[in-house]
Amino acid sequence: MKVLVSVKRVVDYNVRIQVKSDGSGVVTDGVKFSMNPFDEIAMEEAVRLREKGKVTEIVAVTIGGAKNEETLRSALAFGADRAIHIKEEGEVQPLTAAKAFAAVLKKEGAQLFLCGKQAIDDDANQTGQMVASLLDIAQATFASKVEVDGSKAQITREIDAGLETLEVDLPAVVSVDLRLNEPRYLKLPDIMKAKKKPIETIGLGDVGVAVEAGTKTVKVAPPPARAKGVMVKTVDELVSALKAKGLV
Amino acid sequence: MPQLMNRRDLDFMLYELLDIGGLTGAPRFAMHDRAAFDGVLDAAMKLAEQKFLPHAAKLDANEPHFDGERVHIIPEVREALDAYVEGGWMSAAFDERHGGMQLPYAVVAAANGIFVAANCGTSGYPFLTSAAANLLRAHGTPEQQTRYMKPMLEGRWFGTMCLSEPQAGSSLGDIRTRAIPQADGSYHLVGNKMWISGGEHDLSENIVHLVLARIDGAPAGVKGISLFIVPKHRVNPDGSLGARNGVRLAGLNHKMGYRGTVNTALNFGETVPAVGQIVGSPGQGLACMFHMMNEARIGVGMGAATMGYAGYLFSLDYARQRPQGRPASAKDPASKPVMIIEHSDVRRMLLQQKAYVEGGLALCLYCAKLVDEQSIEQDPKRREELHLLLEILTPMAKAWPSDFCLEANKLAIQVLGGYGYTRDYPVERYYRDNRLNPIHEGTNGIQGLDLLGRKVTMHNGAALRLLLGRIGATVKAASAVPELAEYAQALKQAADTAAQVTMTLGQAALQGKLDLFLANAHLYLEMMGHTVIAWLWLEQASKAQAALAGAGAADRAFYAGKLRACRYFFRYELPKAARQAELLARLDDTCLAMSADEF
Repeated sequence: MKVLVSVKRVVDYNVRIQVKSDGSGVVTDGVKFSMNPFDEIAMEEAVRLREKGKVTEIVAVTIGGAKNEETLRSALAFGADRAIHIKEEGEVQPLTAAKAFAAVLKKEGAQLFLCGKQAIDDDANQTGQMVASLLDIAQATFASKVEVDGSKAQITREIDAGLETLEVDLPAVVSVDLRLNEPRYLKLPDIMKAKKKPIETIGLGDVGVAVEAGTKTVKVAPPPARAKGVMVKTVDELVSALKAKGLV
Repeated sequence: MPQLMNRRDLDFMLYELLDIGGLTGAPRFAMHDRAAFDGVLDAAMKLAEQKFLPHAAKLDANEPHFDGERVHIIPEVREALDAYVEGGWMSAAFDERHGGMQLPYAVVAAANGIFVAANCGTSGYPFLTSAAANLLRAHGTPEQQTRYMKPMLEGRWFGTMCLSEPQAGSSLGDIRTRAIPQADGSYHLVGNKMWISGGEHDLSENIVHLVLARIDGAPAGVKGISLFIVPKHRVNPDGSLGARNGVRLAGLNHKMGYRGTVNTALNFGETVPAVGQIVGSPGQGLACMFHMMNEARIGVGMGAATMGYAGYLFSLDYARQRPQGRPASAKDPASKPVMIIEHSDVRRMLLQQKAYVEGGLALCLYCAKLVDEQSIEQDPKRREELHLLLEILTPMAKAWPSDFCLEANKLAIQVLGGYGYTRDYPVERYYRDNRLNPIHEGTNGIQGLDLLGRKVTMHNGAALRLLLGRIGATVKAASAVPELAEYAQALKQAADTAAQVTMTLGQAALQGKLDLFLANAHLYLEMMGHTVIAWLWLEQASKAQAALAGAGAADRAFYAGKLRACRYFFRYELPKAARQAELLARLDDTCLAMSADEF
């Protein structure tokens, strides 16, 4: 069975994000980038499925500018067998990415599409669901456990009421959550081997997709600074203060 | 959260300052590319942050202890080292034919520095092991390599270096451990070794001690010293472990810092014979050991620089978030306090740290790259030049960061004030850990003697001429850049002065005044060190100035910070070298002349 894993290059989770002074976005020059942590979990799960003998080939896919090749190299070091780079230097919104990934998924004939439940840059949480809808295949989101058995997969997901287990027919889209696994530390020999694995570079046109800008970023602003706290003397005072703010 | 290492700066040094990527043009490194180097550094950061850093404070507070039977070390050390070994780090710098990654030493040294910044105590074990393995790679027989080096590179066995004895450390010519030849070609070692890091523990199946000793009848002094492999457990011909060898733990040393790396006094051949094999030829022990010395000393400087760097980043983060006091111009006591980074004196302490740690790091990486260049250079004449440059820079790469990045750690404590002096913050630990570095791997006093007594005078001053040539090239290029001309001029003057001082000292040596010649060797080391660091700051500033115009906002601040730190070093630090030069040129004998009873 073949699995396709989408990986996104995002500003590293350790970086203190700064908003550009003109409010057009966040500062990205001179900033460290790395693979979206949720996508690392998806990669790790794919590798574990292969180690269990459930998966025979892992293909990593990304969409974005030339620098995204670094992220694919990480995916190859993680254990992907090969990678596909859909090169697009401009802004890529979830629907464009989903259309491109859906086309690749179809072309590759992969039975499973694994992705992070969201990317930590814009937190859209849309791409996986859109891929499933576009191809009209099953989807299971926020997976905390993945079991593949022949033509079906059982997915456990964390919901407010506890754990929910779904069974989906393959092919399916599974978006993964934090507690699914703990990604392994990359080994030096695997980092070296990654260079020898193939990366196929294609354009959006090659998969018959045009860039769509369905949404427009009006303004990016940092969260408002936290207001100073107030000390209250009694519980009654606290309750009335909360009521006054409409919080209870 | 403060970072262990500023990756933007590390990338600047490796790629913009030193063009490490260019090494991949040589067949030896052609299998790599920049993405591979980045991957290695990313992987080091992650492993260091997640497996080494979390138990650093706990390991410091719970140092290894001996219960009379065995040495106990907190279990997190073993877990971290298992992950390290599994990741292939033990053999990263070794050639592919030895099962290594054949990575440039500059990349491995940078990665090692990251592990030290995270947790020097835990890092000590694998570093000693790869150093010991490297010695066997260079001087061991193929059989010794298979039997001892291979299990070390696989991380199953660890290694130590047993040089010092209770009565002799700096003066290795005075060691007394005996090696008694046996009929089967082996030796029985008898004696006591001191300061042996990693000398006893259960972290690995076996411990391979590399021991300096004298074969019975060998001449006195360094020429009579040979090198031996003495394992904790004897090794059967098939590589399996045999009986316990006669290496006994005499006791643990309880150190100020670096506590996680167990430090031991070992007795050899006390009751059970300590069976050993000779490495290399009789009398070649010290030569074998010193063959590895440049890299070992660069490694010490690197660790000193990255510990200094980690303290700098911690205090910088703190200063940006700690409100206290108001600007001198703010008269209203009810006005909001500012972050302490707004105070000029705090900025002084941060800038001084920045100038020291980034200067020290640049020097160590520069030397590490010389190691790599030497390994790929085909032309014998140019290879010899690289060798000489490395020889003269190594004592400075060891001593300068261990003196001045320690000073940076002191300033990091000062920025945090009372909090910095408590164990609730890591900066006091960095200071205690870093305090080892001026002492071990040849004290800084020894480095001064090495620089002035050996390196400067070797081949009629050829190494110094090469160094001054490189400094001159930087001066020439920077003189043409208006923003840098002030520094170019100052560096030229410092380098000319250093050359003159060296001539004066050399004449004293020629006149046979050897004690006077070397009396101020440490001062000479500091003067040369500051001159060399100023040179590397001007190099960094040149790259920053050139990149400034085309840089985006964040990078502009980064490059501007480089230029500012360069200015700090030239205005606040380099003038110190001129004063030292004065004392040196005068052949000042204040210290030499003071007799013991005058104290």
